[in-house]
Amino acid sequence: MPFDLKELSKEKDLFAPGHRACAGCGPAIVMRQIMAVAGKDTVVGFATGCMEVVSTIFPYTAWRVPYIHVAFENAAAVISGVEAAYKALKRKGKINKKINFIAIAGDGGTYDIGIQALSGALERGHNFLYVCYDNQAYMNTGIQRSGATPLGAHTTTSPAGDVIPGKVQWRKDLTEIVAAHGIPYAAQASPSHWNDLMEKVKKALETEGPAFINVLAPCPVGWYFSPERTIKIAKLAVDTLFWPLYEVENGKHRITYKPRKPKPVEEWLKEQGRFRHLFQEKNRWIIEEFQRQVNERWERLLRLEEASL
Amino acid sequence: MKIKALTANEAMAEAMRQINPDVVAAYPITPATEIVQHFASFVADGLVTTEFVPVESEHSAMSACIGAAAAGARVMTSTASQGLALMHEVLYIAAALRLPIVICEINRALSAPINIHCDHSDTFGARDSGWIQIYSEDSQEAYDSVIQAVKIAEEAFLPVMVTADGFILSHAMQRIEVLEDEEVKEFLGEPKTPYTVLDTDNPITVGPLDLQDYFFEHKRQEAEAMRLAPPIIEKVGKEFGERFGRYYGLVDPYRLEDAEVAVVVMGSTAGTAKEVVDKLREEGKPAGLLRMRVLRPLPLKEIVENLRDKKVIGVMDRAEGMSGFGGPLYTEIRSGLYDVPSHPPLYNYIYGLGGRDIKPEEIEEIFKELFDAAAGKEIPLVNYKGVRE
Ligand SMILES: Cc1ncc(C[n+]2csc(CCOP(=O)(O)OP(=O)(O)O)c2C)c(N)n1
Ligand code: SF4
Ligand SMILES: [Mg+2]
Repeated sequence: MPFDLKELSKEKDLFAPGHRACAGCGPAIVMRQIMAVAGKDTVVGFATGCMEVVSTIFPYTAWRVPYIHVAFENAAAVISGVEAAYKALKRKGKINKKINFIAIAGDGGTYDIGIQALSGALERGHNFLYVCYDNQAYMNTGIQRSGATPLGAHTTTSPAGDVIPGKVQWRKDLTEIVAAHGIPYAAQASPSHWNDLMEKVKKALETEGPAFINVLAPCPVGWYFSPERTIKIAKLAVDTLFWPLYEVENGKHRITYKPRKPKPVEEWLKEQGRFRHLFQEKNRWIIEEFQRQVNERWERLLRLEEASL
Repeated sequence: MKIKALTANEAMAEAMRQINPDVVAAYPITPATEIVQHFASFVADGLVTTEFVPVESEHSAMSACIGAAAAGARVMTSTASQGLALMHEVLYIAAALRLPIVICEINRALSAPINIHCDHSDTFGARDSGWIQIYSEDSQEAYDSVIQAVKIAEEAFLPVMVTADGFILSHAMQRIEVLEDEEVKEFLGEPKTPYTVLDTDNPITVGPLDLQDYFFEHKRQEAEAMRLAPPIIEKVGKEFGERFGRYYGLVDPYRLEDAEVAVVVMGSTAGTAKEVVDKLREEGKPAGLLRMRVLRPLPLKEIVENLRDKKVIGVMDRAEGMSGFGGPLYTEIRSGLYDVPSHPPLYNYIYGLGGRDIKPEEIEEIFKELFDAAAGKEIPLVNYKGVRE
């Protein structure tokens, strides 16, 4: 069932306007899309990062649901505790309504420093949804590389220099790492395909046990593009197969959107200043390597889907 | 009341069973592992209704405790040494969010070199984190203090760690008077928590970004909570005494009133040192002892009252401060006595690091050196006892 935009627009945003995200902030759009599905009976556990910093500058808050932020690397552990308390208090009859528990963190708080806490919480099987908004670098601290930063990208700790052409490693495939925990639901989504994203959030919240959604969240500041192009760039990431939209439900892979005519990855890269140096003659091999990796991963995904049928 | 032979680990675990917290999130580490193991058995056997979260690290243990306490649950955990050090970042957050969490902490030396035995470097490392710290002389006190800690935490809205010396107490059997389950339940009453994130009809934001215009006020309030904690600790100790016959205060003075030379100690060494004081007293020497039961908040008034008229004071530190000037307890007591006009001379004895045994004869030597100093002999300010130099 597709979500009705008209209906949704009548609801009060639970991630309220007035926060201090930059114009065109992809993660901020993602917050609204998630919260539109989650509804008011939701507790949000946050990791340090852009979305935390822009939404809760005391004495203001953009959160119209209960929110707790503790530190950078422990959103999954904190939400484990909240969920455990809920179970305990429910058993004692002190609370009985159904509540969604959502941990939200950036790629730094998820792929890197928070991966241990995430892995532990997934393995223990808490009933929660973890959303990673992946803007592919540590934006809050000024665009440093992360395990999610793609090959060749310029960041302030993988600068494109005369000798080294930006990040020299490929990114981790976190969605697959999470799926390998054997949790009931893991997915990848993009704010450009908002209905797909919201369907996934709905499914994840209905899932008993841990669920995970990795959402690509373009950042105009860190990716160097102008703020009105956020959704277009998110869409290009999907259409070039760089960011496949898919889900892994009870171990079965399903691609939820297959671009009819995939575009070369170059089209996504050339939109962003962080890849500009790759278009110099001496660095063109990186674009080729990038394309090769994207193809390889897409084919692997197709095989996984086929094996799931 | 029942009499049982228990180690401090067993006694603290037993206290946790009787408290029956809503949530326990914990991770094993020697010498505190048994506490977690015993508690896991209580859960498995249905002796508690606790939600047990067997986390993947101590950092996550404390993080989950914070989440659970912010959701209005009564929350406990247990750790030691490296585990407490790994929690360091989040200890401060638990305190600043004013969450009444209780840790059963078993004192163990911090690496390196790696060592599993007792000293107080681990909890001294957390001294400034905003946690109330209660040190136990024996396993009975560890048991009693864990129960009191829950009440103290829920009245002060500050977290509390109760410590017991690794192996010396954690693994040694002692005769313990165990309360009835009902007595513990009645003493504690229903959990009291400052707020809850589970009330979705009244959403609150916990842990916001707090910049130049508010941070200082919030820290000031936290400091005020710590400043107001001593009477709460005393009140709970007194109430515990009135109900169950064992009274507890901030400090524990022993034959101190007419003493000329006093030694200040913490933890299990106090038991040995009290024997030494008795022996010296029999020999007619005016020796006395002050045991610091509570280190945070620092019982300044009690330090001054008990030590102001002493001729010479020796502070025994089971930790190195790495400051180039003695152990951490030494500097605390020294600064506590700054306003005393008589300025009693103060000497530091660092001992027992990494579980090195401290013998009665060594404590006697310390007293002898202090009596010599009282008679005018010059001795160094900072001394090491029981180490090969
Ligand atoms: C333990 C710790 N290390 C480092 C930091 C500094 N820090 C705060 S946010 C951040 C990066 C966040 O990156 P990410 O999770 O990707 O979120 P984003 O800012 O990109 O939204 C860093 C390095 C911190 N707060 N805590
Ligand atoms: S830096 Fe990027 S992610 Fe951070 S608030 Fe600005 S646009 Fe959003
Ligand atoms: Mg990021």
